[in-house]
This record gives sequence, C-alpha cells and structure tokens, in this order.
Amino acid sequence: MIFLFRAIKPMLLLAMLVSVFVLGGCSNIAVLDPKGPVAAQQKDLILLSIGFMLFIVGAVFVLFTIILVKYRERKDVGNASYNPEIHGNTLLEVVWTVIPILIVAALSIPTVKTIYSLEEAPQATSHKDPLVVYATAVDWKWIFSYPEENIETVNYLNIPKDQPILFKITSADTMASLWIPQLGGEKYAMAGMEMEQYLQADEVGTYQGRNANFTGEGFAQQKFKVNAMTQSDYDKWVNKTKKEAPKLTKKTYDYLMLPDAADVQTFSSTHLSFAKHGEDSEYALQARKRLGYQAVSPHSKTDPFENVKNYKRKLETE
Amino acid sequence: MHLKWDEFFVTGDPLILGAQISIALTSIAIVFVLTYFKKWKWLWKEWLTSVDHKKLGIMYILAAVIMFFRGGVDGLMMRAQLALPNNTFLDSNHYNEIFTTHGTIMILFMAMPFLIGLINVVVPLQIGARDVAFPYLNNLSFWTFMVGAMLFNISFVIGGSPSAGWTSYMPLAGNDFSPGPGQNYYLLGLQIAGIGTLMTGINFMVTILKMRTKGMTLMRMPMFTWTTLITSVIIVFAFPVLTVALALMTFDRLFGSSFFTLEAGGMPMLWANLFWIWGHPEVYIVILPAFGIFSEIFATFSRKQLFGYKAMVVSIVAISVLSFLVWVHHFFTMGNSAAVNSFFSITTMAISVPTGVKIFNWLFTMYRGRISFTSPMLWALGFIPNFVIGGVTGVMLAMAAADYQYHNTYFLVSHFHYVLIAGTVFACFAGLVFWYPKMFGYKLNERIGKWFFWVFMIGFNICFFPQYFLGLQGMPRRIYTYGPEDGWTALNFISTIGAFMMGIGFIILCYNIYYSWRHSKREVSGDSWGEGRTLDWATSSAIPPHYNFAALPEVTTQDAFHHWKQNNVDVHPEKEFKKIHMPHNSGRPLIMSAFFGLGAFGLVFEWYWIGVIGLIGVFATMILRSFEYDDGYYIPVEEVIETEKKNKEAQK
Repeated sequence: MIFLFRAIKPMLLLAMLVSVFVLGGCSNIAVLDPKGPVAAQQKDLILLSIGFMLFIVGAVFVLFTIILVKYRERKDVGNASYNPEIHGNTLLEVVWTVIPILIVAALSIPTVKTIYSLEEAPQATSHKDPLVVYATAVDWKWIFSYPEENIETVNYLNIPKDQPILFKITSADTMASLWIPQLGGEKYAMAGMEMEQYLQADEVGTYQGRNANFTGEGFAQQKFKVNAMTQSDYDKWVNKTKKEAPKLTKKTYDYLMLPDAADVQTFSSTHLSFAKHGEDSEYALQARKRLGYQAVSPHSKTDPFENVKNYKRKLETE
Repeated sequence: MHLKWDEFFVTGDPLILGAQISIALTSIAIVFVLTYFKKWKWLWKEWLTSVDHKKLGIMYILAAVIMFFRGGVDGLMMRAQLALPNNTFLDSNHYNEIFTTHGTIMILFMAMPFLIGLINVVVPLQIGARDVAFPYLNNLSFWTFMVGAMLFNISFVIGGSPSAGWTSYMPLAGNDFSPGPGQNYYLLGLQIAGIGTLMTGINFMVTILKMRTKGMTLMRMPMFTWTTLITSVIIVFAFPVLTVALALMTFDRLFGSSFFTLEAGGMPMLWANLFWIWGHPEVYIVILPAFGIFSEIFATFSRKQLFGYKAMVVSIVAISVLSFLVWVHHFFTMGNSAAVNSFFSITTMAISVPTGVKIFNWLFTMYRGRISFTSPMLWALGFIPNFVIGGVTGVMLAMAAADYQYHNTYFLVSHFHYVLIAGTVFACFAGLVFWYPKMFGYKLNERIGKWFFWVFMIGFNICFFPQYFLGLQGMPRRIYTYGPEDGWTALNFISTIGAFMMGIGFIILCYNIYYSWRHSKREVSGDSWGEGRTLDWATSSAIPPHYNFAALPEVTTQDAFHHWKQNNVDVHPEKEFKKIHMPHNSGRPLIMSAFFGLGAFGLVFEWYWIGVIGLIGVFATMILRSFEYDDGYYIPVEEVIETEKKNKEAQK
C-alpha cells in the first residue's frame, strides 16, 4: 500500500500543480497576469524557469519512483539485483554535474538580460518621455508626488496608460518596498536614498499596489490603488485637481509623518520643496518630535499620541 | 527606557495570561517532582554538570524538542489567524511578535540545537573518540545556548517580545520604531547563544581534526562527520559576523550610537548586509548536517555504501565556499546595480550544481540496493521529492529579475519552509529515530513512527504547497490579515488545515516517546538496526559508557563497523584494555552562564547595575576556572573490564 502511494505521490503533486494552473487560469494569479511591459518580461522569465523546473522535478521524481519500486526489499523473489559493491561511477557523476551546469547557464543568460533591460524604460514606448512620480513610504501610507503637474496624492496613484512612469522611490522612515504586482516587481524604499524604477500600464484598469516589506504595526494596511487611465482622462484629472484640491502645507505634511494609517487625500502642491527624504533621512523623526509624538513599547500603557492630541486640542481651542 | 513597574509583566491578553499561569504551574510541578523523588542531586551530578558529549547531546535534543513545541505553537497561532480574512484572533502587534519569535526560535533554538545535539551524541562515536576535544567547553556551550534560549523565550511574558522580524531590519528594529525591551531580548538572547554556537564550532573542528582514532583518515570518515567538520568551519567563519552585528545594534539601542540608525548618518543597509553575511551561511549550517544524517540513513537501509563518496565530500566543500558568496540574493530589490544582481544570481544558481550532485548520489546509493522502509528511511525518502521542490523554487528565486516579483511574498515563505522542513526538520526526526536506541536503549515504535511520518509529511505539503500560489497571487509575507476581496481565502484555509496536521504529527511523536518508553523491547546489541556501518554502532546501547570505546579501535576502511562484522573482528578485545583517562564534571559552566543570563536580563531593561553584577560574575567564574588544576581522573582497568563484561553478557 505504502509503495503504491509513494509511487503515485509525485504524480499527484504534478497533477496538482498543473490543475491549479489550468483551472485557476492565469487570471487569478496577479504575477502571471501582467498589465504592462515590465511585469510581462518578468512573467516570461518566470514561465521559462517553471518549464525548466518542471522538467527537473519530473526527471528526479521518475527516477526516484523507479528506484524505490525496483530495489525495495522483497521477501518473495529475493534480490537478484542487489550489489553492495557499487561505490560510484565517474561517467554518471560527470553527467549529473554537467547537466545542471548547462541548465544554470541556460537560465543565467535570460536572467541577466532581463535584469539589465529592467533598468531601462520599456522599449515599446521609449520614444515618449517618462512621467516622473515620487513614491514616498511613510508609516503606514504611501505619498505620491507629481513634480511636473505639482500634484500630490496619498494612498492612491493615477497614471496615464501607455506611458512609462519613472518612479523615484524613497521612504521617510522604515524600509518599505513598492510593489504593484500586475505592473512589475518591487523595489525598496529607504530614507536617505532615492531609487529609480520604470513601470508602465498598457491597459485601463485599477490595480492593487502595496508595501511588501514589513514596517511594523500598520504594515498590512499600507496599500493603495493604481488607476491606469487614458491620456485624456488623466489630463482631466490633473486639471481638476489643480483647480479644486487644497495646497499641501508643511503642517499638514508633518501630520502625515506620524506613524498611523491615512485616508485617501489629494493636494495641489507637493512636499518636494520643503522635505527631501532622498537626502534627509531624519525629516520624519523630527516632524514627530515637533508634534510631540513619543515612541513607546507596544505593551506600554502610555499613549504615544497623547501629546499630539493635546497639541491639536490646544490649536482648536485657540 | 522609562519602564513602569506595572509594565514589567505583559498584561491584557488572555492568551498570554494563560501562558503565564501554565509556566508557573509547570515550574512548580517540576520542582515538586524533583523534590518528592529526591532527584536534585542526581540531576545535578549526572546531567547538568556532565561533560559527557552523549548526555550533553541528549540535553540539546530535549531542549530542541521543547523549542519545537514553542515555535510550533507560534506557527499554529499564525496559521489560525490567517485562516480567514479579517480575522481578529490576534491583533497586529501580537501577530508581529509571534512571527518574529517563530522564526528566531525555529532557526536558532530548534534547528541548531537539534542538529548540534545529534552531532554531540554521534560524531565522537563515529570517529572512535572518547569525548570531544574540549569537554568542559562543550558543557559551557550547552549552557550559554540554554540561557540565551530561555532569555529569548521569557520575553513574551516579561516585558514583551521582539516584533521586528527574525531579520530585525534596521531602522525598524531601532529605538525610534521599536522601543521597549522586546528587541533587546533578541539582541542579547542571540548574542549569548551565539557564543555557545561559536565554541561548539571550534570544539568539533578540533575534535574531528585531532581526535580521530587510528587509521581513520579524512577520506574514511563517515559522511555525517564530514558534514559536521565543514559545518564547524562555516560556524567559525560566520558567527563572529553575527556577534559583531548584534553588538553594534546593541550599542545603537542601549548607548545611543548610530551604526544603523536614520539619524547621524547611520547606515541601515549595513545591517541587512551583515545579517545575511552571517544568515546565508547559517542556512547551510542547518542543512549540511542534515545531508550527513540522510547520507548515513540511505547507506544503512539500502545496505550499500554511499555512492560517490568523493563527489559527496567535494560537493559539501563547494557548497560551503559558495554559501559565503550569495548573501545579496536576500535583497535583490535593495537597489543594487544590474551587475551586482547578475553576479549574485549566478552564484546562487551555482549552488544547485553541487546540491544536485548530492541528490543523484543519494538516489544511486539506493540503486541495486535492498531498500527497507524503516521509519528513519521514510524520513530520508520523504526528503528527496520535497527538498527537490524547495530546491527548484530556490533556483527560481535566484533569478533576480523574477525575484522582484517573489521577494517578500508567500512564494518565498513556501520555498524556505520546503528546504528547511523537508531538509532540516525531516533530518532531525530521521536522526532522532535512527539514533534513539543509541541514546535510550530502545527503539521508538515503528508503527506509530510511520503514522507520525505520513501525517506530518502530508500535512506539511498541504500547508506549504498552496503558499507558492498565494505568493504569485500577490500575498506578501508578514501581513497579519487580509480582506475577502484579495481572493486569498481558500488557499489560506487549506494551508491552515495542513499546519494543524503537522501539529497532530508532533503529538503522535510525543505519544510515541511515551509509548515506546513503556512498551518497547530493550536493546541489548549496540547495532540496533542490525545494519549499522559506522563506529557509532560498535558501541553498546543505551548510552555507551562514559569512555565510549574500551579499547580505541583501529580503522582500515570506510564503513569500518560493517567491514568488521563481515570479517568477524572482535571490536572490544579484552587484552588491550587499559585504565582510561577521563575529564571531571563541572558545575562552573552552568554558574557562568547563569551570570551571563542575569547580566543580559539587566541590559534588556537597561538596569545597568544588574548588568554589571552579571559581568562581574562572568569574569569571576572565568578567573576561578583559570586557577583550577584539574587533570581529570582515571577509570581503573578493572572497572572497564567489568562494564564490558556486563555489556557482552547482555548481548548474549
């Protein structure tokens, strides 16, 4: 019985793998359902590697099963094939050293090519100037600044389709990671650093974006929606925002620096003129100090926001 | 840190209150039992102060099994929380603490001591030695590990657990974002346990290089001994990096320095680099001995010698060298240049070559063998397909451009559980079952043992296989909850079912330990499985006498014991018996470690006067040790003859 199960098990696993792919289709699997050229390149690389890996897994499982069935101890027929003298075989060992080397080489070439190609703007739209967006992670929210349009958004991102977006990624405090699975892989956001990443959407739609690197208590909620729209819709949104949205003051911005969740917000100016997180890694910490925020152990009975609340109350009564 | 007295104990959570009560009750029960049965003196003289590598090994394994329980409960709580969307079983902070302690405990306080325990029991026997090179140091290693582990473990009831992840990335783990004692527990617990591990590394490196019996050349050593040697070398190179990194972060937190902080030009990325320069070799520290254990088991239960011995040795050495050249693959997404990512992608993929060689050599060890499906062999057989799945997904993760999509997701979580559970944990169970008769004098029940294997192995696959797909669906690791709109509910629920099956598997193991203690037939032969090939099986069971070998054997081949059995060589010839020189037990390492623990506890809460008292105690015990003249003692030849006669009679 055990042998039977053992023999079937690898096939079961393979069947499971295949069925999840076939039944689930690719629509449910964000990483394999790309909506832009960056994620599409990564999907191609992933599918290529899955192909190689299924081949390796298949080969090992088949060999494993044959050996187990054939050389198991059998009381009835004896073990004619038993040969305890075998201690190695140079030819075989060379074969199973060389084949993995070839596989590694075969995977290395597309990997390195893709790594380099992801550093550049997507080829198909390389004639267009990229739209620059500053993505700033703050505990536990995302702030997006559009320097050319002079617009800033909190916890949502509007982009035109078919245009490369050049993200300048940074953080005001903890190390976060910008990830929009359907548009492309992630990149870390770090205070005092500014990193560049190209992403692009080819289709109108709403995609999930989030922070993928653990940043503490509010980490699970540190996510945002990406709305990819046509150029004309995007322009409309920009014009409307410029007219209607309030300006972003330093005081308002300081409140955004507090470690807390935030609602979706829109402003008609950016923080880039007074806070440069890419160069100044201390801005958020000092803003918290200015507001009287006090970091305490999560088990402490002191409310870290106590002074902030008092300060706010005082402002309101004045 | 301005800790208020009413914040000393963690309060306000019924789960933790329950734990506090059960810890108190268990402690009282242990003290009562020891006192009632008058076992204090026996415990102190026979176990706590013992320098016997076999007893230390058993204590390591016992501690590791308890830590497996603790880490496992953490894991089950995480899975319970994630079974359903928007679950409120745990709040965010509690969940963060639990995944931090789960990771840290499973790697450093479960996998490491389990393997070090097996190494302690088996390796000196395999090389025909009477003990390790530095038996006193061995006891100190155990107690520093134990104190570090206990310090880390009490954090959840006193002061609060660390919650910045087992990787403790800065600046999150710094005072600005994780104030309080939690992260200090992590730093000091690991620091003290790390001292013990480093000493173990030195100890076994010297033991294997200098204490081999006559004729045991390096290329005649059993594969488990080889992997232990290479592991020890990795420990000696890697652990000092951890020690320094932990010390620097401790300075940042306690004394206001700025090595890794956001302020005053600190460099958080430096922590990530230092952590993984230790952390990646650490992965191989826990996998190489596992490879060694499987090698022994495959050979024993295929009744054949290991296929491609030389290639196996070369591949372990190659893995150990490569293990220091791949650390950047833990943060491909940290903005490294394309050239750096390309280099580390290729070195990482290159590791699959020597690992693949080993897989095929194991398969061909069984080729034309006579495979018997004992429970240790089942674990070894289960290892191959499961580890291969973990291995190939590792290659997928190694491809940096694709890794941008897997990084920090459940795809990664699933990958490292596939390699660490199917590799290390399966090996721990395999080794435990395999050498159980050597340690306790009777086998674990095979029937129950097979149930344990199947329930655990199937549960493991149900738990972790769906997580690959969760990762591809965009579920990041370390989130404490998700919404129904994310579409991750079904797979998470399946995964949780699997986790609880693994829990049931562990209960079966515990029952088996009890059942076998009551009912198993006591072994009389040292060669419990009847197919032992290496010198460890040439000694008597349970626990060979303190001196291991009455007369040190001379070895002329690989698999020496197997060779002797075939040629009817007398393993313990009475005419060669002489008086045997052995080391004394000592209680000082325990006392020294207790001072380490006391001082570190003071530092955790920034009560520096307690820290100073602890430090003075440590130095005082060290000074006392250096003025101690103890040349050990001799076991008279009559006693050796008597013991051996008893063993021989039992065998008839």
